[in-house]
Amino acid sequence: MNAVIQLDKVEKTYHTGEVDVRAVRGVSLTIQPGEFVAIMGASGSGKSTLMNIIGCLDRTTAGRYQLDGVDVSGLNRDELADIRNQKIGFVFQGFNLLARTAAVENVELPMLYRRNNLSSRERRDHAMGALEIVGLSDRSGHFPSQLSGGQQQRVAVARALVNKPALLLADEPTGNLDTQTSIEIMGVFQKLNDSGITIIMVTHELDIAHYTKRTVVLRDGLIVSDTPVTNRLHAGNELSRLKTEQKAVQLD
Amino acid sequence: MRLFATLRLALRALRRNKLRTVLTMLGIIIGVGSVITAVSITTGATKQVEDRVASLGQNVVTVFSGSFTGGGMRGGWGSAPTLTIEDAEAIKNGVANVVAVSPEVRDRMQVQANGLNWRPGVTGEGPDYPQIRSWGIASGSMFTEQDVRSVAKVCVIGKTVVDQLFLDGDPVGQTLRVRDIPFKVVGVFESKGFNLFGQDQDDVVVMPYTSHMRRVSRATFVGSILIQASSASAITGVQRDINELLLSRRRSREPDFTVRTQLELAQTATATSRIMSVLLAAIASVSLIVGGIGIMNIMLVSVTERTREIGIRMAVGARGTDILVQFLIEAVTLSALGGLIGIALGFTASKIIASTMGWPTLTPIWWVVVASASSAIVGVVSGFYPAWKASNLDPIEALRYE
Repeated sequence: MNAVIQLDKVEKTYHTGEVDVRAVRGVSLTIQPGEFVAIMGASGSGKSTLMNIIGCLDRTTAGRYQLDGVDVSGLNRDELADIRNQKIGFVFQGFNLLARTAAVENVELPMLYRRNNLSSRERRDHAMGALEIVGLSDRSGHFPSQLSGGQQQRVAVARALVNKPALLLADEPTGNLDTQTSIEIMGVFQKLNDSGITIIMVTHELDIAHYTKRTVVLRDGLIVSDTPVTNRLHAGNELSRLKTEQKAVQLD
Repeated sequence: MRLFATLRLALRALRRNKLRTVLTMLGIIIGVGSVITAVSITTGATKQVEDRVASLGQNVVTVFSGSFTGGGMRGGWGSAPTLTIEDAEAIKNGVANVVAVSPEVRDRMQVQANGLNWRPGVTGEGPDYPQIRSWGIASGSMFTEQDVRSVAKVCVIGKTVVDQLFLDGDPVGQTLRVRDIPFKVVGVFESKGFNLFGQDQDDVVVMPYTSHMRRVSRATFVGSILIQASSASAITGVQRDINELLLSRRRSREPDFTVRTQLELAQTATATSRIMSVLLAAIASVSLIVGGIGIMNIMLVSVTERTREIGIRMAVGARGTDILVQFLIEAVTLSALGGLIGIALGFTASKIIASTMGWPTLTPIWWVVVASASSAIVGVVSGFYPAWKASNLDPIEALRYE
């Protein structure tokens, strides 16, 4: 089976004034279909830059990057846009939903930019299906401002899924959420991963990384460790444990 | 991305900032509205002038006799008697494409009837005069060629003369005295109103030119000759032929007459409105430019405000052109909508002016087309730079924008 991600000595150098900043200096990484990977690192470790490269928002300075069998290192802006549209689903820390736009229309957004057009009915059906997966079909008409943070992030996940991408890319997806909602979102991710979707998640929270299957740690633009998660947490269990604890606190 | 979906997106974005949208459109609305109003007024006025020119008669060529020169003083055209009845006969028989000819002698004198008196224009004409001037007879009939030959004491009078002298009943058959000579009224002209120069065309007594010359004015020459050409296209040829014919009938090489056509008159009258149109076009372009600057300004603000939205759209796969088209359509919608509202307002305003001030107004359809087309073009031109700027944003930067 083809690897979803194949990075080969990827480098990224920013030319800012006098000094060249080497944000990523030779990363090689292979991710197979069905993996759930956490990319970790302190700020300045290059994880955001790597994330942008993997997400086809940025181009490599050197090295080769193959996404789902396509070499994307040499593609231009428009081709990268098409790759993002068809092969990648993004989930951001700040949700990045369009304000004053109904949840279902936010989910429809990626379908508006598909090269093979769908009818508005097909778009609506697909969007409702994606909302169903994240358990929000009853909130489809709500605006982001009428939804809680966790619900907004679920809408964002539904938007990321709607074009059936090869890869779900999450950048600090729980960064703006409280503990319980974070675990709920990780539950959604685990469920999606169980159904076969490849997920790469950037995070700096160790406990969140424990819900994944593999942890890659970056420092100064290089991979310093790449290990499978041994004591993997299960969101369902964690959630019920958390609820018991909360009850106990109230009983005291 | 589909055009229809983009259009809906643009309308929604514009609806979100209703006040701002209206204020931005105001430049275009006022510009287009005032142009449509002004054009409606001038077109109405021009139409009125053209109607009045047409009221002078159809395809009319006029020969005026030369100017009088004496003791260093020069009179105007028609002041020197040089044209004769024979000239008129020669034109009638010798020039092609001439349908009718009427020698004309004009004067203004006191007339009496029913113990009242009045001072209308007293004019000698041929029997074809009503045909040449497209002037119908309301009651009675025009005098005939026989009346001309027999120097008959008959006349046809205008509406104003009827109102002044014949207060009761039909004047046809009654008597009107000119220089104490009794003339029998045989017909009454239809009312024609004022001409291009504000003269009352109905204040006239028309008699056979022979009667005028021998009985009333004692003139030996005619003041002018009215000629009707067979068609509008024949006018120029008729004018040239008359010139040649009259010159050949004179020993002097200096023409002592002038041949004028209705065409020239119409051209003078419409020249004014042409200047007005140019002025209007200038005002229109200035206001459209101002409106366009307003749109560009707001679109630039809008692009900055929505940087994050642009970033999101790019992240989920929008190409640069998708973003470009989205903002361009928004700008065009803004200006085209403003243009349409302006047209509607201008149309309404011209109708109100027509009914309250009594000015004739007319909204030409092609100006409406020009107005809508140019406001759409303004949208494209002023929206292009902001849209291009939006489409060139870096998705990473745009997503980080706060």
